[in-house]
Amino acid sequence: MRKVVRGFYAIAHAVKLCKPNVICAYPITPQTEIVENLAAMHAEGELENCEYITAESEFGAASILVGASAAGARTFTATSSQGLILMSEVLYNAAGMRLPIVMVVANRALSAPLSIWNDHQDSMAMRDAGIIQVYVENNQEAHDLVPVAFRVAEDKRVMLPFMLCMDGFKLTHAYEPIELLEQEIIDAFLPPYDPPVKMTTKKPLTFGAYAPPPYYMEFRAIMHDAMERARKVIEEAMKEWSSITGRDYGGHTFTDYDEAEVAVVAMGSIVSMARDVAEEMRKEGKKVGVLKIRTFRPFPADEVRKALENVDKVIVLERALSLGSDGPLTLEVKSALYGTSKEIHTVVVGLGGRDVPRDLMVKIISEVYEGKVKPGFRFEGIHEYEEVIP
Amino acid sequence: MSEYFAPGHGACPGCGLTIAVRNTLEALEGKVFVSNSTGCLEIISSMYNRSAWGVPYIHSLFENAGAVAAGIEAALKALGRKDEGHVVVFAGDGATADIGIGTLSGMFDRNHDVLYICLDNEAYQNTGNQQSGLTPPGANTTTTPAGKIMPGKLGRKKDMVSIAVAHGIPYVASASVAFPMDIRRKVKRAVEFEGAKYIQIHCPCVTGWGIQGKDAVPLARLAVETALYPIVEFENGELVKVRKIKDRKPVEEYLKPQRRFRHLFRHPEGKKILEMIQKIADENAKRYNLDI
Repeated sequence: MRKVVRGFYAIAHAVKLCKPNVICAYPITPQTEIVENLAAMHAEGELENCEYITAESEFGAASILVGASAAGARTFTATSSQGLILMSEVLYNAAGMRLPIVMVVANRALSAPLSIWNDHQDSMAMRDAGIIQVYVENNQEAHDLVPVAFRVAEDKRVMLPFMLCMDGFKLTHAYEPIELLEQEIIDAFLPPYDPPVKMTTKKPLTFGAYAPPPYYMEFRAIMHDAMERARKVIEEAMKEWSSITGRDYGGHTFTDYDEAEVAVVAMGSIVSMARDVAEEMRKEGKKVGVLKIRTFRPFPADEVRKALENVDKVIVLERALSLGSDGPLTLEVKSALYGTSKEIHTVVVGLGGRDVPRDLMVKIISEVYEGKVKPGFRFEGIHEYEEVIP
Repeated sequence: MSEYFAPGHGACPGCGLTIAVRNTLEALEGKVFVSNSTGCLEIISSMYNRSAWGVPYIHSLFENAGAVAAGIEAALKALGRKDEGHVVVFAGDGATADIGIGTLSGMFDRNHDVLYICLDNEAYQNTGNQQSGLTPPGANTTTTPAGKIMPGKLGRKKDMVSIAVAHGIPYVASASVAFPMDIRRKVKRAVEFEGAKYIQIHCPCVTGWGIQGKDAVPLARLAVETALYPIVEFENGELVKVRKIKDRKPVEEYLKPQRRFRHLFRHPEGKKILEMIQKIADENAKRYNLDI
């Protein structure tokens, strides 16, 4: 059914169809409307066999889902920014306990200064937690990937939390015509959650044991292996999902043009505009393409290397910082391209909701294409500034 | 010997925690889901490959055992498995009154069907006796050390029992390992109530308090007999029962045998603090009408 809905509703609707058992969250802008919609669905009796809990904090929300997931429930939460980093201790723990909690992050900047607007600094801060991270470009993709998230997270070969990242406001609050999924389609694609182990008095097990030096390292190595296996599981799920929905998102990455000399690498909603600008430049005979990264963890290094094989210059659009180093996406791209001699431009844009107008995108790509700028790290779309040290 | 909490765990001889845990699990006949905060109990019982637990057990973090328990309860409800067992938290005093008070308050506030047991050994004993909100005044801990000018912990012991009662939860009680049958009775009574329950159990710590194992239970009894640890029971906010004291003893009898209070008897500030501690005991006796 095609309907014009807002991003937060597209998520809530898909979550409902995935039949979660425990939904728990704490309100934070711009995520709040996702759980408000779920709370309303729960209040109307539309969520069967489901407990909806408003926690006392994001830390509490994530902790409640640890208990719920360990007891065998399908679990969902959503958060943003400060809420996500408040959850961080619990999320590392949940990943270590191999609990397949699914969460949506409505991406938002981190404080200070306080900002409720979009960038990717929040989810990037959780990069190393052992959580699968997928970034979506639009609300149809966000809607479609909710069942994929549950299926991948709960796959016995994976058993890791899954973070679906969507740009706060830009996507969460945007109206978009969405092909809303039907219950039967999801039921056929997503089996009920059947964990290999769970807390039960019928077979008492110890969860969250502590591991002294003779044991700890193997647990972490096993997590690493599970994350590596997740690559294939995501691909399988995406392939099947594409054949069911008829919407092909590619795999971990998506390339719009195979003969590019200059490639823009980006994640999230900014990809659409970059692609639009690149298309226009190609009409002028300029060989510009866009490589969209969808899966950030596990990072698809082989796909990125292959996609950029014949490219001379790479522009990485960074929506986050790793202060004192390159941006987090640049680090991944450089690592994937190790041993090659491409020109790499790190262009930091749109922090804290700073607008990236179309003419800025044109300028960023054209300047690199025409060789007017040196490779390396720079901010674009930034005012002249001076730090005053009193 | 308990099939629910096996011998071979790493507790010190005389440890109060294991008395409280065994009696709780046996009172509930092992029909229990345990959520345990980081701390002494977790470390002595849950090493990988050597778990002492014969009931489903989870340890997540230091400050979230109440929330994790709430999640287990929610899951059992959603999955129609509530009859499988009671959800019980075992958490230390620091995990309860300090770092985890937020998640505990949330669990109380939402009134999850969870029995939260605070094992009160009056400091962060797992890491070597650092003061917590439930450390009593005057106690010498590594973070409130008694020195030339400082006489140990200055503040009072946080009144968690009243904090629990103030949440309006259906059942709140205090107990002591000196009276294990009372622990069993209270645990059984608590689970008759649907909703959040809180029992705070006084558990001597041989290393932190500086006592011998054989003295742990007698000292726990003295804490009650001096009115420093009032044994009380609230149902639906009403005080329904207290353990009465015949010939209440002066607090010195309880304090003197413990290394953590020894300095009070020679420190220039000691007399003042001893008077304050006796005043607290007197207040407790009056407040709960403990004296016979």
